[in-house]
This record gives sequence, C-alpha cells and structure tokens, in this order.
Amino acid sequence: MKKQVSVWKEFTKGLWEINPTFKQILGMCPTLAVTVSAINGIAMALATTFVLVFSSFLISCVRKLIPNQVRIASYIVIIATFVTIADLVMKAKFPELSKALGPFVPLIVVNCIILGRAEAFASKNSPIRSVMDALGNGIGFLIALTIMGSIRELLGSRTIFGYQILPNSFEPLLVMILPAGAFITLGLLMGIANAYIERKKKIEHEILINKFRERDSTQINLSHNAELAEE
Amino acid sequence: MKKTIQIVAVLTIIGIISGALLTKVNHWASPLIAANKKAETEKGIFLVQPDGKSYEKIHTSDIEIYKVFDSNKNLIGYSLALEGNGFQGKIRLMAGVSTDLNKITSIEILEQVETPGLGSKITEENFKNQFKGLQTLPQINWVKGKKPENPNEIQTITGATISSKSVVAIVNYGIQKARSLKERGAL
Repeated sequence: MKKQVSVWKEFTKGLWEINPTFKQILGMCPTLAVTVSAINGIAMALATTFVLVFSSFLISCVRKLIPNQVRIASYIVIIATFVTIADLVMKAKFPELSKALGPFVPLIVVNCIILGRAEAFASKNSPIRSVMDALGNGIGFLIALTIMGSIRELLGSRTIFGYQILPNSFEPLLVMILPAGAFITLGLLMGIANAYIERKKKIEHEILINKFRERDSTQINLSHNAELAEE
Repeated sequence: MKKTIQIVAVLTIIGIISGALLTKVNHWASPLIAANKKAETEKGIFLVQPDGKSYEKIHTSDIEIYKVFDSNKNLIGYSLALEGNGFQGKIRLMAGVSTDLNKITSIEILEQVETPGLGSKITEENFKNQFKGLQTLPQINWVKGKKPENPNEIQTITGATISSKSVVAIVNYGIQKARSLKERGAL
C-alpha cells in the first residue's frame, strides 16, 4: 500500500511541484496556441479545468467498472461528452465567450493534461482525491497560461488584459504573438522554473548539512565537557 | 470470453449514456444557439447600416441580402450577409452597401477562426474602418505595406495578408452577386 498523502497536498502539488506546463510538460498545444493574450489563456484554462474536474470525478467513480483494455477509449468518450456539453452551453448562454475561444474549446478533448490525469491519477484514486488533484492541476495550468499570455501580450501588443502598459514608443515585437514567440517564452519560463527549483533544493541541502554539522559539534563539545568534568 | 462481453458491454453503455446526455443538452441548446445567431445577424444588419430602422429579407438563391429602410420607410441601402474561406476556416461577415451598390457604408465580421493575434485582427476597428465609404468600382483592391492611394483600396494587416485579402475577396464577390441581381431587377 502506497503512503497516503493529505487531500490538501493532492491539491497543492499541482500548482507547482507537478505543474502541468512547467513540470509535466503536458498540454503544450493549447499552451503554445492560445496564449497570445492573457484573457485567452485564462478562458482556455478555465474551460480545461471545468472538463478536467468533472471527467476526473466521473472516471474515478467508475474506475472499477471499466476493463483495463478499453480504459483509454472509455476516458476519451467521457471527456468528449463533457467538452461537448461545455461547448454547447457556452454557445447557448455565453455566445461572446464562445466566439473568443473559437475552435480551441472542441480541442480540449485531445488535451493530454485531462487524459494524463485520468490515466495517472483518477483511475487509481478515490473521487475526492481525484477532484482535488484535478483542481490543483487545472489551477497550475491557469497560472502557467496567465503568465505566458501576459508576457506575450505585453511584448507583442503592449497590453495586458487589453489595458495598455507599455508606451506607444515601444515597437511591438510581432514575433511574440507568432508561434515562435510561444516557444521562446515557454523555453525561458521553463528554464527559470527549473533554475529556481534547483536553487531551492541546493539551499535545502545546505541547511540540512549545516544542521548535522552543528549537531555533531555540539556533541563533540558535550563529550569534551564531560571529559573535563571527569578529570 | 467473459472479459470480451464485459468490454463490449461497458463501451456500449458509456456510448449510450453519453449519446443520450448530449442529445438532451443539444435539444435544449440548439434553439438558443439559433436565436443567438439570428439576434447577431439582426444586430449586424443595423451595425453596417447605422441609419437603418427596419429590414426586409430578399429571397434569392444566390446570397443572403437584406433591404434596409430608415424610419420613413425609405430604402437606404442593403446589408449583405456573406461567407467565404479565410486563412484557416470560414469567415462570416456583414457588409452594408449604398442603394447604387457603389459605396460601402461599413462592414462587420460576424464569425472567424483566423490565427489569434494575427488574422483575428480583421475584427478590429482599425481594419474595419478602412471599409467605411470605400468605393466598390470597379472592385475593391488591397495594397500591402503602404497607405492606400485610391478610393477603392485598403491596406492589408501586417502578418495577416491572407486574412485581409480574404475579406476583400468575400466583399467583392458579394457585391458582384448583388450587381447581377440588380441587373435582373431582383433588388
């Protein structure tokens, strides 16, 4: 039996530790394609989170009924159902939002974060844990897409969320809203994220080593004092 | 053998449930979606003919075209709902033209799936405003990388030449169709 971590931990790990974009490198297609503006990134991530949470919940509920051989096919049908529902509801009730996202909503079906979490987590864990895991990953995805969208929008069209930030004298870098800009931004962000993690690890190691050293030296002092006392 | 039956049964059940659910949702959503589309078309008709107060659909097999009247029921122009291929998919737009079909009042993009950030700029005011008062004789032309010089020219969007050209082509096609309708006396 594998060690059970707390339900809260299932949620928080998706935010950073296994962030779908920076750590698992999943869902690259929407990450690269829709992040031309911050608002697009947020809308896409929210739609993905909706599908992720509901399909994770359902898949986790029926995980024991689905034979191993057809699990992927079953997951895809379940995910596609939720995506189509989301698409239809958005078209019927929020036509403006649906228009802004355009063809990217139906494409959530093939977003590998959803299938990845279904296969790696929801198919092995209880519904509550699966929902927390899905929420964590969804919000991790949201953070990543918002950062990427903001950077690309800022450099590519001088705005963030449609508000102008950079002055008109700044010539917009067209490359940032082209696919190449997405790859550049993603690469740099991933590099920064990894460098940060490495540094954090190193600092933790040093703290640990220092702790041991201190303990050792106090022990030596103690034994030294004890010797002195004996004499 | 038991396993095979289970596999078939599970997939079938999932398929049936999913199908039933989607039928239900679609049944609820499709009239709403149709209503949204109609409201949008109506909005588009008056957006491209700002002085219009009422409209009337002309029944032709060629294109979707509406007569637009002002508050005194005088004909002030036509609104053409047009559709054509863009860079990545269909572009649906509404073009308003004067009664003699020689001048565009304005255009409005209703639907498009162009590249976000590039081709999607055809929906922005900067691009659409170029069509206001544009001459359509002999046809609309586009220029690239410089300011338009003639009254029937527009400038394409940097990085989205194909999308810009598509819009021009769609409007040209619509006006050409409308002209042939007028010659036949159908307008």
